[in-house]
Amino acid sequence: MSLIAQLPVLPVIIPLVLAPITLLLPKGRAPHLWATAVSWLTFASCAWLLMEVSEVGLISYYLGDWAPPLGIEYRIDLANALVLLLVSALAAVVFPFAYESVKAEIDERQSPYFYGALLICMTGLLGVTITGDAFNVFVFLEISSLSTYALIAMGARRDRRALTASFNYLVMGTIGATFFVIGIGLLYQATGTLNMADLHDKLIGQDNRMVQAGFAFILVGVGLKLAMFPMHLWLPNAYAYAPSAVTAFIAATATKVAVYVLIRFFFSVFNFDFPFIGAAFTYVLLPLGLAGMFIASLAAVFQDDVKRMLAYSSVAQIGYMLLGLSFATVEGLTASLVHVFNHALMKGALFMAVACVVLRAGSHSIHAFAGLSKRMPVTTWAFLISGLSLIGVPLTVGFVSKWYLLEAAFAAGHWYAGFLIVASSLIALLYIGRVAEVMLLREPATEGPYAIQEKDAPLSMLIPMWVLVAANIYFGVRTDLTGGLAERAAAALMTVAGGTP
Amino acid sequence: MGTWMDFILERYNYWVVIILMMIGLYTVFARGNLVKKVVGLNVFQTSVFIFYITIGKIAGGTAPIYIGGELDHGGGHGDDAAGGGHGEAGEHGAEASAHDVSEAAEITESLHGKIDNAVGNAPLNELKDVVSDQAATADNPSLHDAPVGDTAKIGNDALLDVKPEVAPSFDVATDHGEEAAHQVGEAAHAVTEIVYTNPLPHVLILTAIVVGVATTAVGLALAVRIREAYGTIEEDELEAIDDIAEFGAKDTAGGMT
Repeated sequence: MSLIAQLPVLPVIIPLVLAPITLLLPKGRAPHLWATAVSWLTFASCAWLLMEVSEVGLISYYLGDWAPPLGIEYRIDLANALVLLLVSALAAVVFPFAYESVKAEIDERQSPYFYGALLICMTGLLGVTITGDAFNVFVFLEISSLSTYALIAMGARRDRRALTASFNYLVMGTIGATFFVIGIGLLYQATGTLNMADLHDKLIGQDNRMVQAGFAFILVGVGLKLAMFPMHLWLPNAYAYAPSAVTAFIAATATKVAVYVLIRFFFSVFNFDFPFIGAAFTYVLLPLGLAGMFIASLAAVFQDDVKRMLAYSSVAQIGYMLLGLSFATVEGLTASLVHVFNHALMKGALFMAVACVVLRAGSHSIHAFAGLSKRMPVTTWAFLISGLSLIGVPLTVGFVSKWYLLEAAFAAGHWYAGFLIVASSLIALLYIGRVAEVMLLREPATEGPYAIQEKDAPLSMLIPMWVLVAANIYFGVRTDLTGGLAERAAAALMTVAGGTP
Repeated sequence: MGTWMDFILERYNYWVVIILMMIGLYTVFARGNLVKKVVGLNVFQTSVFIFYITIGKIAGGTAPIYIGGELDHGGGHGDDAAGGGHGEAGEHGAEASAHDVSEAAEITESLHGKIDNAVGNAPLNELKDVVSDQAATADNPSLHDAPVGDTAKIGNDALLDVKPEVAPSFDVATDHGEEAAHQVGEAAHAVTEIVYTNPLPHVLILTAIVVGVATTAVGLALAVRIREAYGTIEEDELEAIDDIAEFGAKDTAGGMT
């Protein structure tokens, strides 16, 4: 019973057990410090786990020592470990960042509940990623979703529309989760097992209507959770009205984890012998990915609210991930995984910059950004650099993602997709450029609702934000780190799924 | 017409699931009242609970509580099953002669194999014989070394093996195969005396019910907060209020105060 033997369960157990303690702490600074410490501990265990996995390969952990397929199995390969590290790293950066922002936006009496819910949300996301049991995915998905509904609703102190946004998310999210459960039920009926690896073995050769229906339910259910293009309607409002720190965290992690679930089910549960997998790639993911890239990007250009603009941009970026996935090649999958990682870095940094503006200007309307470079230069440059990364300028992570994606598109013979990727990046240039123009060239408002205080955000916010901005550049230069890991992860996933469809 | 009706009636629980699911989803989409939406969501989730319980239900099966230790009790239960109409094999068992424990083990092995074959058009009668023989051994009071629980387990295992084959049964074309599989399943149950329903879906659904209750609670709590903040929980009125707040009261078609 050494700690190392129990390592795979730590990323879930640590925050799950320690989160409720935040409720017992006195309001004020204590819950924040506690939550930050927990998130760092979790991050350390996830980093350790990634190192172990990259050395050993697949790690399988039996929960309660019950052997699968009867017991629940935690199954960690490179793809999981990468997403685990991503979620816990973002949490470790967002938690210290949150204090000032939360103090300004949320009633102090609620702060223990806020940090508790944020920790539980992180637990859920980590659990979804780590588990190898299909039903367990649903449970953790709902753990994270339920706490997210509560967190978004806490934005009501600034803007009551957070309540309706949260309610709509609750309705859509629950329908999505229930669809997912129906899909799992159908697969269980077909195979009599819930373990993913076991499902994979038992599904081989079972191409009947029940499995097809199960697959369709899972695709739509997860599609709702990850805001796949026509099912994204809950996302812009939820991101726009949630407390700024919450937006920074869930925008960077929640949809990424859902994308991971989709990848896991496509490649590790089903396999390419099923004709419907190929059909789903060609007729669902490819067109919806492309449509999302364009329509959501265009919608972003016309938003006056910077948070909403970035939310629409998130929907567009999910389009890129689905596009990479839909090529069904090692290159495409690599591009998808790399973009999952990179997009979390840039969206996290961008939403953090917005949070700083909200703290000083009290608004996330584009008018509040007028002349920001003269009032808050440090925040402005963080926004600009991560914005450039979003567009895909060389030396940033955005460029790496786009490069991998373009390469995959041409290798898979979808040359038109390559052009569309470049074209939609130009739309990103439009909406980021619009904010940049306002920030750099306009005169700051001295009075009225959008007047900004003449000082930059506090250090406790600037440092975490710049950590992410630095990561944007670091991983943009050292492409071998994420790219190499993602390539190995993708190759491993492809071997399980078996060749090309 | 007759077969068509049978097709529907035999699957009446699936129809209940589908009808509830549609009612629930319709309520969520069509109603503007937030509380009604939450209730619709609840109905929708309930349909999924019933679906899962249907998966776990085995005809004539009892609650999955272990009662294997008491042989006499188990025998009594078998009689109940016989009265229930599935007990053809059980009656055969009463007539058949008793077997040794070692033979029983062998038979169990062969039963396992045969059920696998049976789906591929193996003669059903033969299987039934094996099945009934085994029932007899289980009935034999001298058989204290082999508790019924074990045989029950084996029966369930056999059933699990059959399951993947049963899977395509949604297709009408394989209806015949399904019937055969069904009979095999029933025979396998009669044999084991105590037939347990599959406990796993029940456990899953207990978890899902907890999730459902939590979702309902959060949804209703949000509805309360929305009522406090806006003074209404009708969706169209909420949208109108937000529009007025954002763009000013240009046209108050909703008749808002």
